[in-house]
Amino acid sequence: MVIVRPADATPAMLQTAIRNVVGEANVRTGKVKLDIPPLVENGNTVPMTVSVTSPMTADEYVKSIHVFNEKNPQPNIGNFYLGPRAGRAQVSTRIRLADSQKVTAIARLSDDTFWSATADVVVTLAACTEEAI
Amino acid sequence: MPSALINVPKKAKRGDVIEIKTLMSHIMETGYRHTASGDVVPRDIITSFTCRFNGAEVFRADLYPAIAANPFITFFTTVTESGKFEFEWSGDKGFSETAQASITVE
Repeated sequence: MVIVRPADATPAMLQTAIRNVVGEANVRTGKVKLDIPPLVENGNTVPMTVSVTSPMTADEYVKSIHVFNEKNPQPNIGNFYLGPRAGRAQVSTRIRLADSQKVTAIARLSDDTFWSATADVVVTLAACTEEAI
Repeated sequence: MPSALINVPKKAKRGDVIEIKTLMSHIMETGYRHTASGDVVPRDIITSFTCRFNGAEVFRADLYPAIAANPFITFFTTVTESGKFEFEWSGDKGFSETAQASITVE
């Protein structure tokens, strides 16, 4: 099994945000699918779906899904708390991206293991964090 | 006026996994934008979303400024009985909104 520390070679803030969620646990790649367009025109609203391979039974389910980014002013995007009765470990939302960057989704399973997926997104028009209104 | 759009199936079979779609109108001001005079536009976002079914929490989310305006969230849940979904959004500046949807399980 490949053990990956996804925070490596990414900014320190992202690493800290991920450590705040996973603690000292290893985060392995796999089980998580992050659907996000590879190229988006408008960073103000980027559709994103995270799904996790899990039987979603009382013994084996996804506890939570955490989504992070690399280059927005804040590394957190959202935390989603599920449970066995969700039936299907999948959430969708729309996010903002201030720049072309990596987006990482991490799932916490019922056995307290962490699994992740990362996607690169190229943004042509960034979400406005600097422009005057 | 804040308004919510909720999409929950009206009917389902016992044990079905249903998809719930929610949208709440909200500016989700990030707190990272400036006015022309250089003042920071204060943050005004929804920070928390909760869905309960017959009083029991089935889904919850923490939202950050990186969630786009008018937060749209979809998720799944297993239905075992007829009942009522209650949705609650809360956030900065005392924002608090609720919505409801009923489902009949056969």
